[in-house]
Amino acid sequence: MSGVALGEAPVRAPRWETLRLLARSPAFLAGAAIVLFWVLCSLFGERLVPIDPYAADLLGTLDPPSAEHWFGTDQLGRDMFSRVIVGARDILTVAPLATLLGVGLGTAIGLVTGYFRGIIDNLVSRLVDAVLALPLLIVALMALVALGPSNGTVILAIGLSFTPIVARTVRSAVLAERELDYVAAARLRGESSGHIMVMEILPNILGPIFVELTVRVGYAIFTVATLSFLGVGLQPPSPDWGLAISENYGLIGGGYWWAVLFDALAITSLVVGVNLVADGLQNALDQ
Amino acid sequence: MTDDALRIEDLDVAYRVRGRDRQVLRGLSLAIGRGETYGLVGESGCGKSTAALAVVRYLPRGGRVRGGHILLDGQDVLTLTKPALRQMRARSVAMVYQDPGRALNPSIVAGRQLAEVYTQAGYSAAEADDRALDMLRRVQISDPARVMGRYPHQLSGGMLQRVVIAMALAVDRRLLILDEPTTGLDATVEAEVLDLIEALRAEFSTAVLFIGHNLAVIARMCARVGVLYAGTKVEEGPTAEVFEQPRHPYTVGLLRCLPRRGRNKHVARLDTIPGFLPTAPDLVRGCVFTERCGMATDLCHDTEPPLAQFGDRFSRCHYHEQAPTLPRATPSELPVAASRPLTRVPVLRVENLSKTYMVGALGVAALRDIEFDLWPGETLGLVGESGSGKTTLARVLLGLTAPDAESIVQIDGRPLPDLAARRSPAQIKALQIVFQNPDSALNRAHSVRRIIGRALTKLGGLRGDAMRRRLLELTRAVRLADRFLTARPRQLSGGLKQRVAIARAFAGAPRLVVCDEPTSALDVSVQAAILNLLADLQAERQVSYLFVSHDLGVVRYLSDRILVLYLGRLMESGPAERVFNGPHHPYTEALLSAVPDADGRIARIPLTGEIPSAVRPPRGCVFHTRCPRKIGRVCEEEEPRLLARDEDSHSIRCHLPTPELGRVRADLAVPA
Repeated sequence: MSGVALGEAPVRAPRWETLRLLARSPAFLAGAAIVLFWVLCSLFGERLVPIDPYAADLLGTLDPPSAEHWFGTDQLGRDMFSRVIVGARDILTVAPLATLLGVGLGTAIGLVTGYFRGIIDNLVSRLVDAVLALPLLIVALMALVALGPSNGTVILAIGLSFTPIVARTVRSAVLAERELDYVAAARLRGESSGHIMVMEILPNILGPIFVELTVRVGYAIFTVATLSFLGVGLQPPSPDWGLAISENYGLIGGGYWWAVLFDALAITSLVVGVNLVADGLQNALDQ
Repeated sequence: MTDDALRIEDLDVAYRVRGRDRQVLRGLSLAIGRGETYGLVGESGCGKSTAALAVVRYLPRGGRVRGGHILLDGQDVLTLTKPALRQMRARSVAMVYQDPGRALNPSIVAGRQLAEVYTQAGYSAAEADDRALDMLRRVQISDPARVMGRYPHQLSGGMLQRVVIAMALAVDRRLLILDEPTTGLDATVEAEVLDLIEALRAEFSTAVLFIGHNLAVIARMCARVGVLYAGTKVEEGPTAEVFEQPRHPYTVGLLRCLPRRGRNKHVARLDTIPGFLPTAPDLVRGCVFTERCGMATDLCHDTEPPLAQFGDRFSRCHYHEQAPTLPRATPSELPVAASRPLTRVPVLRVENLSKTYMVGALGVAALRDIEFDLWPGETLGLVGESGSGKTTLARVLLGLTAPDAESIVQIDGRPLPDLAARRSPAQIKALQIVFQNPDSALNRAHSVRRIIGRALTKLGGLRGDAMRRRLLELTRAVRLADRFLTARPRQLSGGLKQRVAIARAFAGAPRLVVCDEPTSALDVSVQAAILNLLADLQAERQVSYLFVSHDLGVVRYLSDRILVLYLGRLMESGPAERVFNGPHHPYTEALLSAVPDADGRIARIPLTGEIPSAVRPPRGCVFHTRCPRKIGRVCEEEEPRLLARDEDSHSIRCHLPTPELGRVRADLAVPA
């Protein structure tokens, strides 16, 4: 029969191709290893560390790093090594949840404004522009002071502050997609707007949303640490890194560098790791 | 033959893909004399563009010349040093690509880009400007001084291509490489650009390597032609002889795919070339075409045929003398047509249809007073240049844009709500579309099964096992193998994607399918298969088509009735044979005469200038600014009425009386 296809069976799936590219990128692999390390620490850290991170030892305060206390002790004599390892837990709970909230909400807003255009789009987009003009950290800070700091409010504050940025990214991706003929084809078979947005358009813009997700996690980690440092984020006795730096930074002048350095390194390594993952993903999806 | 402008000897080119070499050109040899035009034809993926890029040593990353020589004016291009190569690119060769919009820098005015070619060649800035202006005159751009100061986005496709050609010919070149230079252009513009290339070639006596997939364009432009298949030259010779008496089964197949004179869907199906290009031609032991050849024998499977020479022709076939007797791949017999339902109600009735866009406070008429009836099982061909309103009409009928309030659109005798969202499920089902570009029309995130399945659920109201059964029936009806059901669109070839789109359109037993240039992105062999499929489905199901295309050959093959649009107005409408046989509206006459013609020359009726802007349409007859048969004042002042010219409902909007209207192109005539 005319044109009956004789070619060989379909080749590998596109997603597989992306994974293959990722597996070949040293930067992505290094980033993923760092992130995985901290995730494992936050899941099992408490059971693995040699010394209870909350146990004060008033006889051994501010000991320098030694064979017993690898990273030294803080002013309550708590083991810094254990606290750094366990300190990953809270930040790795709060930051991803805040990001999920922001990306989820932002995606929903971006889909609706990009798909419908018109008056809703104009209103929401101007609102987004207005919010973006405000310094985010200060807004989050004020919100937390007003609401009182807790894990929940930190998630809410950071999540909501991310929403407009994500909404704008998603909206521009939707604008490009909605002009494609498959969207017209869906309308011509009587699909509802909701179906078109979620089932037709969304799967095609998962790439940029995924990248946004990883980039935002990096920012969220930074923001959580900053808020904790400022005293409105995670609360004592959490071994959180930002909080620890805030408690101990006054001691640097006295030569007690270990009380701050390892926490700072931990934050840095996690943020670098997340960003390497984000870059790797973006590169792989761009290919 | 030392005075060849270009001589390619035994050229091997490979691309490195996933760590493995994939051979793209295999032992290609050809020679182009001074001032000669040589055509290179073949399906996409045959290596035509690779050959062109190899000549200027501009292969994409991963591409590598593995052997052979390329002699440009006697100089081996492959051994040139970097500075010498740049000199060669600046002085001796020029390339013109398919999309002129991408060949020019969008942020520099056209005049400066053209003048740059002269400053490169050592002219002073003032001199370069003068010469640029002069060159624009020679490519017959109207108002060249104004064009000099325009940015590329302010110029039309035809004008852009003229600027690119002006740049290519600015310095006296030895060789001009044209890679599908007219593919994206309207037939009228294409004809003008081809005329221009022909005139300039004669004037400058430049050798031309013309790459194309449109055999009629090649026939018109080239003295000699080479047919490329899977990187191998399978046939070569004087164009007229090769196209009249092809001596390789591939050439025979390509020519048979064309919807040629005297053929339409009521006479015979088009022949096709089955199968696909081999993915690894270097692993094929015998002849590369064996897999798709209807006359291959054991000899063909085992031994690669030598390049046989007879006179000044060559063919790489063991049986080149028998090639014209190649058995058909697709039987010509038509499928048994379902009986046409007796009805007095047209599927679609359109009256007084207008569409006005508001641009600021100004109303722009994209469509005005369109009227036609479309009957069950009939195809209505929609013809006109870009900007004539074809796509707007299709979108209005589908309910993607609302027409003006007083317009009347009826389906099966009942009024059709103007937007798809307000239509009943039955009305939604009745009207479906096959888009031009299947890449955009199929959701790339969904599998074929999901794309067609969703349409069956939504349009056919089917679920579960009933849906799955119908899905298999439907994919078989569009000749799509079952194993492609799990594939995603990007894993399919262009032809297969279009089959998926057709299956989707037929999911709910539609009454009318709008086909918007469904084959313009496809190779001729694939186009033939898709046209056959559309004709078969129509015969079986008595579905009606609204067929939009700029290819008049394709329109003629499939259409029963034709509408000719110009600037949103209906200029002519009538049965296909009347519209093609004449008498014609002067615009139709010009369109028909612009179709490149493989067999014999016809005096072309040039259309000067561009389509006027719809924002300020000309007074009187909208066509009078370009009409070669303008009578006088009456055309400028009074808009002619769409008048019936015979009892067969053939109507023409023109002041000329019927006997004075032209008749051209006996070769395009449709058997009644």
